[in-house]
Amino acid sequence: MRVWHFGDNVDTDQIIPAKYLVTADNKELGSHAFELVRPEFAKEARQGDVIVAGSNFGCGSSREHAVRAFLGLGIKYVVARSFARIFYRNCINLGLLCIECDVGGDEKELDIDYENGKIVGKKEYSFPPPPDFIKRIIADGGIVEHLRRNNV
Amino acid sequence: MGTIVEEILSRASGAKAEARHIVDAKIDYVMVNDITGLPAFEVFDEIGRPVWDKERVVLVPDHYVPAKDVKSAEQAKAMREFAKRNGIKNYFEVGNNGVCHQVMMEQGFVAPGRVIVGADSHTCSYGALGAFSTGIGSTEAAVVFASGRLWFKVPETFNFKVDGLLKPNCMGKDLMLKIIGDVSVSGCLYKSMEFSGKAIDALSLADRFSMCNMVIEAGGKCGFMPPDRKVDEYLKGRVVGGYSKVYPTEPNYEKERHYDASEIVPMVSAPHSPDNVKPAAEVSVEIDQAYLGSCTNGRIEDLRIAAKVLKGKKVHSGVRLIVVPASKSVYEQALAEGLLKVFLDSGAFISGWTCGACLGGYMGVLAEGEVCVSSTNRNFIGRMGHPKSSVYLASPATVAASAVAGRISEAEL
Repeated sequence: MRVWHFGDNVDTDQIIPAKYLVTADNKELGSHAFELVRPEFAKEARQGDVIVAGSNFGCGSSREHAVRAFLGLGIKYVVARSFARIFYRNCINLGLLCIECDVGGDEKELDIDYENGKIVGKKEYSFPPPPDFIKRIIADGGIVEHLRRNNV
Repeated sequence: MGTIVEEILSRASGAKAEARHIVDAKIDYVMVNDITGLPAFEVFDEIGRPVWDKERVVLVPDHYVPAKDVKSAEQAKAMREFAKRNGIKNYFEVGNNGVCHQVMMEQGFVAPGRVIVGADSHTCSYGALGAFSTGIGSTEAAVVFASGRLWFKVPETFNFKVDGLLKPNCMGKDLMLKIIGDVSVSGCLYKSMEFSGKAIDALSLADRFSMCNMVIEAGGKCGFMPPDRKVDEYLKGRVVGGYSKVYPTEPNYEKERHYDASEIVPMVSAPHSPDNVKPAAEVSVEIDQAYLGSCTNGRIEDLRIAAKVLKGKKVHSGVRLIVVPASKSVYEQALAEGLLKVFLDSGAFISGWTCGACLGGYMGVLAEGEVCVSSTNRNFIGRMGHPKSSVYLASPATVAASAVAGRISEAEL
């Protein structure tokens, strides 16, 4: 899977600027992802690409439009040293797989084994699997389906 | 026994909520605004269940209302129709609204010991009144609409003890910027931030609110100030239902930091991160705009101190001062106290209540290369407009003083 690298403290205003927060359409949101800071991203990102970042990824605004923009582009995983908590929850709830792991800045392609907590690129990385509770939500494809299936 | 967040979440979940545990808690109120509401309404319809409690869902259009364009109008319409369709009484139409967090507090939904979630990251503000509150996404908000419950990982707590008293030209905002500068924007990631000490006791509720509001800017999940007599006075005749105050009992803090408020000077966060904090006196940058408003600092106390600085003075010829009261009730109070006249006489523009340009929405968006000193909470790249514009975060006193000086300046009070 092809990798896009970002640094520390990437905020959700960068991921999706506020002026586009007038729709819940994932594809439309995706077409503006990182528009101000990396305009080529939305044009070149492909189905199955991975985002790799530093600490505090997704900080700032609670706008889940940021996660929806990635889903709209077909991004499958976001791997970061750490996440801002609202973004992290939004990922779980919407079924975007987020992994806390410190992946090197020179990795261009990664294979991710989510179930077993392994990432393989030039180097090998491991990450602790999420708690069972969160795994169940992800396995159901997000919080809405989880609610429906389990009649919570 | 535990920190405030452990105590509140234990009560709300019926389990022993210790740091790092995951609990399923009963929610007292859930709030969405016009931009986070739309996805929530779509998800709620997909869930296909009735609203769990029509009295406990709060809908506040504030970001892009009165509508700034057709899409915003459609979005606001979706909220209006959702409220009608589901019989939600607590919908605050334009004309009776305000910035969502101000409305939550003014309407008496926020009270000590409650568990409140909102699809807006600054929902963490309500810890100023001793409530557990935190920001969530729209999909989660829809789940709460349907179930009245939500899971939480109980956060560890950092304690900030602040002794001494602030100088007359310093506000809670200056203290909070100092703290954020020290801990960094990721320094309190996932954590609860408890504030206590003589300086906190001496703060107005408005200053406490602006500090808890910016907990998220340090990465925090929630913030707390011990609820005192000032909270009871504020809630008298206002609070919906009853409440009981919760305090930490033999808390186990992961970290403790001490501050002396008397050493704090007026601070600013320089572009483009809230933790890029410097004393205002050392910055002295020329400005194009000064912005006074938002859920952080758009309350009557904020307007009062700005008016005190501006009285009998003129806004610098090279500066636009934009004043945006946080709610209709703040606007009314400012009108009654003659503050709006002071702003008008100084050459300020006064807007109705809205989130406005805080997030680059409208009513004061910045052009390329422009510099704004702002009483808001974020100065990310492009936050208030052009990606090559700059935002310096500051207290209302510093915003007003800077508007007069034409450059970032401390207020003399």
